[in-house]
Order: sequence, then structure tokens, then C-alpha cells
Amino acid sequence: MMQTGIRPYYPDYSTVPVERQINPYADNGGSVVAIAGKDFVVIGADTRLSSGFSIYTRNQNKLFPLSETTVLGCSGCWCDTLTLTRILKSRMQMYHQEHNKNMSTTAAAQMLSTMLYYKRFFPYYISNILVGLDNEGKGCVYSYDPVGHCEKATYRAGGSAGALLQPLLDNQIGQKNLQKPSQEDLTQEKALSTLKDVFISAAERDIYTGDSVLIKIITKDGTKEETFDLRRD
Amino acid sequence: MFNSTHSAPPPFWSNGPAPGAFYNFPGTVAPVTNPITHTQSPVTTSTSIVSITYDKGVLIAGDLLASYGSLARYKNCPRVIEINPNIIMGAGGDYADFQYVKSFIEQKIIDEDCLDDGLKMKPKSLYCWLTRIMYQRRSKLDPFWNNLVVGGIQDGVPFLGTVDKLGTAYTDKVICTGYGAHIALPVLRDALDKKPNLNLNEAKQLIKKCMEVLFYRDARSYPKYQLGMIDVDEGVKIEGPISVEENWNIAYMT
Amino acid sequence: MSSIGTGYDLSASQFSPDGRVFQVEYAMKAVENSGTVIGLRGTDGIVLAAEKLIMSKLHETSTNKRIFNIDRHIGMAFSGLIADARQIVEIARKEASNYRLQYGTSIPLKYLNDRVSMYMHAYTLYSAVRPFGCSVILASYETDEPNMFLIDPSGVSYGYFGCATGKAKQSAKTEIEKLKLGNLTCKEIVKEAAKIIYLVHDELKDKNFELELSWVCKDSGGLHVKVPESVYADAEKAAKQAMEADSESDTEEM
Repeated sequence: MMQTGIRPYYPDYSTVPVERQINPYADNGGSVVAIAGKDFVVIGADTRLSSGFSIYTRNQNKLFPLSETTVLGCSGCWCDTLTLTRILKSRMQMYHQEHNKNMSTTAAAQMLSTMLYYKRFFPYYISNILVGLDNEGKGCVYSYDPVGHCEKATYRAGGSAGALLQPLLDNQIGQKNLQKPSQEDLTQEKALSTLKDVFISAAERDIYTGDSVLIKIITKDGTKEETFDLRRD
Repeated sequence: MFNSTHSAPPPFWSNGPAPGAFYNFPGTVAPVTNPITHTQSPVTTSTSIVSITYDKGVLIAGDLLASYGSLARYKNCPRVIEINPNIIMGAGGDYADFQYVKSFIEQKIIDEDCLDDGLKMKPKSLYCWLTRIMYQRRSKLDPFWNNLVVGGIQDGVPFLGTVDKLGTAYTDKVICTGYGAHIALPVLRDALDKKPNLNLNEAKQLIKKCMEVLFYRDARSYPKYQLGMIDVDEGVKIEGPISVEENWNIAYMT
Repeated sequence: MSSIGTGYDLSASQFSPDGRVFQVEYAMKAVENSGTVIGLRGTDGIVLAAEKLIMSKLHETSTNKRIFNIDRHIGMAFSGLIADARQIVEIARKEASNYRLQYGTSIPLKYLNDRVSMYMHAYTLYSAVRPFGCSVILASYETDEPNMFLIDPSGVSYGYFGCATGKAKQSAKTEIEKLKLGNLTCKEIVKEAAKIIYLVHDELKDKNFELELSWVCKDSGGLHVKVPESVYADAEKAAKQAMEADSESDTEEM
């Protein structure tokens, strides 16, 4: 419910009309975690779609492949996600037809930012994480705020359990606050197992995250898919 | 700055002071605007839709009541409808909005029939189209106040999907809206966990049970309902009105 | 036409001194260049038949149809320029759709005829536009009553028991007049319609043609549809036999 401006004066015996406006947004929960390595990137999203205490469905894919080497993970307002990803898909297709090649991950990342900012004053209420391989084949992660601020990173947690998981990733992947940080490169196995662990932790504490996780692993050989179950309460 | 006359209370006497007219506390001055607002909330409403897929099709049930607030106002309001031989649809929420949505879906079906290309709309297409329509209206802050449930057969496979007033859409094997999401959905999910592939009879029994429980627990429900069925072999059937088997013995003192 | 070239034929917004609007008459010429279309009204419905001339063997059959659906219960056949006719189809569909939205029932043909002829007439009034180069036949079967109207490029329309337009409209009309339309059912009329189209087809000038047959009648459940394949085959056979018999008797006479 919102109120704009000063209401006209009404004597107290009259019924004051209430200005009601619907809330065009909904929080449908969901978490996305992405971790990039030297020649790979993994991204995972839970499959629970919910609103408040209701679980709409336990099996909702929130990862959207944009090209062979680019995947977008979305969480937040589901109706906005549906709309944004649908427009994105057509933009990717138009780019392909105009340029006769697939859009690079970096270009897609910039385009997403522009598209989000275009709706600056009626934003898509989505926490986006875009991952892919760059032109050198290196894994990269881009994360966004709802109005298009974009930051490049090597790992990121977003969505309803984002704030819960980011410090965990800082420690486990970013080697932050450790006495003896490891000097070795991050392996795919380590990234994958950490990703699974953090989702299990998230499902324990966040009611909007659960049911199962869908993971996509992108390497130069293509995209592999994997799922594993979380608690369903 | 003084309040503009538009928002100020009348003065105590002519040319005299008016309450609140001399001072404005910092931060309370907002420019007087005339916002265009779409004030809307549902008026005549219908309650839950209960739906489930079984091995060869989809069932959608909804009762026949349209309420005016807490008043049980209209008692014969069908809201499970056939769209075409591929699709059935159920709707909850504002009944006027539903009738409008229904009318333009029907017109779309006629438009496509006129093309005479022998093609019929498929459930996923209707579902996606409705998603866009509901989203467009919510983006104008003037939504259709409905939960729509689309059921059908696409390429021989049962399909069940739903769209709400914001355009939030998802597909699943069981979908319940309104009060049914709290009361009926757990019953159906539990049944499906125990036996993932139901046959028609089992599905019907489940729906029957759910409508019964909903009638006992949902104050905006009604003991007469319609059951829409779409089956791979048998096509579309809208059955009803079906009566809920009531038993109020427990209510009598013995 | 002695007045040709006197300048009065350049605009639809000007009469000639002898009280004619040449642009409209030219539009009628355009109609007379295209294949014959007839509409026959029987006791239980209407049959529309069109002679679709095929300009090139490379064309795919069944494209550029000359009979359209306007609504479930209304059919439209045209002769003249197809692009012009398509616009008429478009606005007729819009009228039908709009009427249904407003009144919740299907549009009465009388009303649709009024609207479409007013629209076509409007294009005979201004210098900036040209009249439609097509005549259309509207046909419906509503509440057990068949109805049919033919609208000219001038916007004039009449109701008919039997009508014809296009190349051979004169000889087609002569043939139609021989029929006892008041006693015939659509099943019988279909054959007569096919015969007439075959008969009036000028084999010397136009080699190939495709016969189009549609009806809106009791048997089709009040819907305007293409005639069923079996009925079409029978009608075409009857027409071809009649043609053969005709040519035989011709040779005998010689």
C-alpha cells in the first residue's frame, strides 16, 4: 500500500477514501551460486519456487542458457524473471542473426546491464548472476543489482540466501581470513563440492531455498548438467 | 511554505487561521500531486481451484460460488471451462475479470478458427499467452485479479500450468490456488509422493476428497462444484454440478 | 462511354455531369475481371461456390482462397482483387468480434451487412481513396434462417436467394434462375452450384481453375465450413458428368 502526496482534507465524520495500489512485485525466493575457475565455471540454483510460506512448486529451473558458453541464473520476482529471460532470449537470437555469430559472455553481460537499467524506474526485481567463459576460455561471473549495476567476480552468491552464503564463499573459495591460504588454483571438483555444501547449508537456514539444486558446469567442451536433492520442508 | 488550498483544512473563520496552515514540519511537505491511480481490488470473488495431472490427462475442479466479501452472493457461477478440444481452464479470484478474460480467449479461438488452417491452439501456447497478458496488466498496476489454471494435452502428454495476477507462472503435476494451496495441495502432494502415477479414478477420488475438505474448512466455499476433465483418449468433459457429500453429525450434541 | 477522358473519372469524390461516379464503375470492372462466385440459398442453409482461376501451374493449390470465415456462423466469398477483399475480411472479422464483446452473442448478418456496406461505401466518397475492387457475398445460417447479402464496390447491398458476381455473372444468374431454390436443400444445391461454376467457366480464355465450395447450414451445425470432402467429390463428379452430357448433346445436334 502506498500513498502519494497530501490527502485532501476530509472532516472527521466523512469516510476517508483509501488509496490502494497493488504491489506489482512478489518475492518468490530462490538462491543462485556461481564459482569460476581458470577454464570452467559452475553455477547452481535451487529449484524451489515459493511465496511466503507457500511452496508453489518444488521443481522450477532458474538457470537460463543464453548461448553455448553463457548461462544466466535468476532469483527474486518470478514474473519479472520470466519476462526478462524471454526478452533476453530474443535479443540473443537477434544478435545471432545480425552478426552471424553467438554473443560473447562479456557482451551478454553488458547487454543485461543495459536492459536492467532501461527499467530503472520500474525495475525487474531480480538478482541476476551471469556466468560463462570469456573469449580466452576463462571462467567468469557477473552479478547484478535489480537496476543494472554490474560487477565482475570469480564467485558469487545471490538470491534469498545470498547474504548467508557470500561470506562462506569468501572463506572457502576466496581464501579470505585464513591463516594459511592455499596457493593452488581452484579445481572443478573443489568448486562443485563447495557449491553443494553451501546449498545444503542454505537449505538449513533459509526457508526460501530447498527441494533440489540444478547445477550447470560450463567448460570448453560444452555444458554439463547435474542435480542433487536438498531438504524438502 | 503554506499548504496549497487543495489540501488544507478550511479556516476557523473567514480569513482566519486554519489548522496546520501556518507551520509545516520539516519533511512533511510533499508536492500535491494528482496521481493517476488504478484503485482496484477484487469485488465478486470465487475461491480455490484444485487441479491434478494423472497418467492420461488433467482434472481441474472449482466450486460454483461467487462471494461478495463474506456474503455468499451468486451460487451458480461456473469457472471451469473448455477452451478447445486441447485445453480446459479454471479460474479463481474476481469473477468479472474472469468473464472478461474468458471472452477474449474465446474470441482468440474464433479468430484462429477463421484462419481455417486446421491448427488448434495448444495448452502451452495459451498458458504462455496468458502469462504475457497478466504481466502486462500488472505492469500497468491494473491487474486482472485472477489465478488462472490451464490444463490440457500437448503432444499426447498432460500439461498443467498456472498464472496469477502478477504474471507469476509455473507448471507442476498438482496446482491449487487460493485456500486450496494451504488445504488441498498438501493432500495431493502427499498422495503423489506415495504413488507418482495416478490413474483417472484415483485422481478423481483425490479431487473429491479435497473438495470435501475445502468445503468444511474454507468459509468462502460451496458444496457444489464442477470438475473439468481432459483425457488423451476421451477428450474434454466438464462434469457437474457435483455435490459434496456432507456430514454434520459431529455438529450435533448427543 | 463518351464521357471518358473528360476529367470526371479521376476522383471518387466527384460526379460526372450525367450523374455517375466513374471510379466506382471502374471498380466494378475490376470485379468483372475475376472468376465467378455464386451464392445459393436453400431451405436449410446457404452454399457458396467460387471459380478460383489459376494463373500459373507453379501456384500451390489451396492458396489464395476466395471463401473466408468471418465468424463461426458467417462466410464470405468475393470476386475482384484479393488484396482489397482481404481488407474487407479483416474489418468484417473485427465487426463480428466487437459485436460479440459488446453483446455476448454472435453478430446478426443483417447488422454485419450494414456495417460492411457502410465501410465500402465510405471509400466511394473521398478523392484521397479509391473504392474497393471487389464484391463480396456474406452468408449465414442463424436461428434456422439462412441469409445472404451481396455488396458491390459502390456499397450497395441486397439480400438474395441466389446471386452471382465476377466474370460470368450474367450466365450464372441465368442458370440460377432455372433452379427452384425454394424447394432445395443444401445437399442438393451443392451439386447445382458446382455444375454452374463448371458450366460458366470459359475454357478458352482461362484454362485452369479450382472449384471452391463452402456452406453454412443445418447439416454443418450452423457453422460456416468448407463442404466435407465426400460432398465435394460428389458435387465435382456431378458437375463433370453434366458437362460431358452437355457436350455430347451438343455434338449430336451438330
